[in-house]
Amino acid sequence: MDPILEIKNLYKNYGPVEILKDINVSIEPGDFLVLVGPSGCGKSTLLNCIAGLEPITGGSLHIGGQDMTNVSPKDRDIAMVFQSYALYPTMTVAKNITFGMKVRGVDQATQNQKLAHVAQQLQIEPLLNRKPGQLSGGQRQRVAMGRALVRDPKLFLFDEPLSNLDAKLRVEMRTEIKALHQRLGASMVYVTHDQIEAMTLASKIVVMKGGVIQQIGTPAEIYNRPANLFVADFMGSPAMNLIPARTRRSGGVSLIEIKRKEGDPIILQDANNRDLPEEVILGVRPEDIADAGIRAGADTQNADCIIDIVEPAGADTYAVLQLGGKHVTARLHSETTAAPGVAQRLAFDLGKVSYFAPDTGLRLN
Amino acid sequence: MADTSFVPAASQSRKGKLALRWLLYILLGLFALFYLMPLFVMITTSLKSLDEIRTGDLIALPREVTFDAWRTAWSGACTGIQCEGVRPFFWNSILIAIPAVAISTLLGAMNGYVVAQWRFRGANIIFSLMLFGCFIPFQVVLLPMARILGMMGIAGTIPGLIFVHVIYGLGFTTLFFRNYYVSIPAELTKAAKVDGAGFFRIFWSIFLPLSLPIIVVTVIWQFTQIWNDFLFGVSFSQAGTQPVTVALNNIVNSTTGVKEYNVDMAAAIIAALPTLFVYVVAGKYFVRGLTAGSVKG
Repeated sequence: MDPILEIKNLYKNYGPVEILKDINVSIEPGDFLVLVGPSGCGKSTLLNCIAGLEPITGGSLHIGGQDMTNVSPKDRDIAMVFQSYALYPTMTVAKNITFGMKVRGVDQATQNQKLAHVAQQLQIEPLLNRKPGQLSGGQRQRVAMGRALVRDPKLFLFDEPLSNLDAKLRVEMRTEIKALHQRLGASMVYVTHDQIEAMTLASKIVVMKGGVIQQIGTPAEIYNRPANLFVADFMGSPAMNLIPARTRRSGGVSLIEIKRKEGDPIILQDANNRDLPEEVILGVRPEDIADAGIRAGADTQNADCIIDIVEPAGADTYAVLQLGGKHVTARLHSETTAAPGVAQRLAFDLGKVSYFAPDTGLRLN
Repeated sequence: MADTSFVPAASQSRKGKLALRWLLYILLGLFALFYLMPLFVMITTSLKSLDEIRTGDLIALPREVTFDAWRTAWSGACTGIQCEGVRPFFWNSILIAIPAVAISTLLGAMNGYVVAQWRFRGANIIFSLMLFGCFIPFQVVLLPMARILGMMGIAGTIPGLIFVHVIYGLGFTTLFFRNYYVSIPAELTKAAKVDGAGFFRIFWSIFLPLSLPIIVVTVIWQFTQIWNDFLFGVSFSQAGTQPVTVALNNIVNSTTGVKEYNVDMAAAIIAALPTLFVYVVAGKYFVRGLTAGSVKG
């Protein structure tokens, strides 16, 4: 089967400014692709290019096996949900949803039937005769989704659809979008700057920065094996700890030396006894630094560290300390004994650490 | 300061505020009187007989109300050698103003839509040039325009005058609509494009229905400009196609013997009535529309 979306060597310039550089992405039918990155990374521009709302400067774009590089948006068999919802303000909800069908000359009976189906699916039946101005943010969001769903396209495009909602509603809608995706089995491309949204929704994540793809992979791959320092820092909350360290070999084992605020450096042992350059940046997720004793395993090594700040967060308690001259966050048990200014025995799980080269920022292991 | 011992002072300041308010109202009332005085004189004079005007006081109420002057102004006053009052010219003005307002508003809406929502290379330059058109003194264009009208074969005709008013109204109408449409999020156009709508479909189905406030502003503006225009009316018309403003001038200037002030006044009021009417009917939308762009959330 052809990939549902295939982008090859895509470039996008605004005048002399390169916005997107050599983008190559391909997704299979049923994939949920999330484009994620900080603002200005070009993710929304890429989505607009996929939609055909922005012409591309170079490269090619296929949807469902057909070359769509120079095809206008209406003929790409796509539907799009926008950040501002972009509902037509003077039309009722029903008219908003059926506008696309009306433009395409779909007969009235089919329109009504599809409208009823979508309205029932999204539970917006009571709203059909209202105008967008009379709806709440969450309701507008549903209508915008309805407008896309009713088209039953090859590819759904979402441009930060949840960023205008309040935090609670955002989580609810996130779950609903995921449920919708599972139910429909549709192919989706979703843009967000929120890495949690990316992790929870995606079957495949594209991390972008400065118009360049940094890494493509499943959420687990991106989370566990970030390709470079940027991805490591961007994905995950709290962010991955990136600790400058020195390495040396001694007695046939590979040792990692991390400066503590006071006293001797911590010496840890690499789990796989790898050959590492002398200077590395050690990437450790906060959950891989835990209370000693609670976390135990082959790759777990203990060390005493002075805790600077303790931040209880309900289910967990975060402790901030200084290692290698950087703030490091550890995710401790909610009933931890850690106290500010006091040394605490912490367990470092080296089974899942990442090593990065300090100069290039690229992953070493 | 919520200190209770300051109550007398507080009531004093309330009295002061009240006095200030009254002063303000009186002042505003005086200004209103000042502005309304000419209208008052016009109306009373138009209702007086010539005898009464000659013997009476300028600002006195008419002793005997008569509509003779109005009748004469409407259908009997002489504009040069012709003595049919302002009636034929009033219809000329309507025949000029209504199509000219409609066409220039519609084209302005379309231009504004393109400049604001379908950005193309050079859109800003074109818009600036159109803006520049708003500030050209009309005296400058009289001769070239006369030549163009001649070449088009519509010199001295009502379509010719409509054409002139449409052309010189476009700068303003485009400006109004552009500023209104620029505040509408571009995503609306994008959504409609994805839905399959084209350039005109988006304009008719989405943008025009949104535009009522700015249409009202533009219509009032254009109607006032075109109805009150004298320069183009006198330059590009001939006997039979002159607008009411030109006729009014001719009535006032072509009196033989006695100056019929009451007829002049009545004719002037008749000539001004349509714009007055438009303001009264649509005035509140005018203010609302002018500020709509800034308060739209």
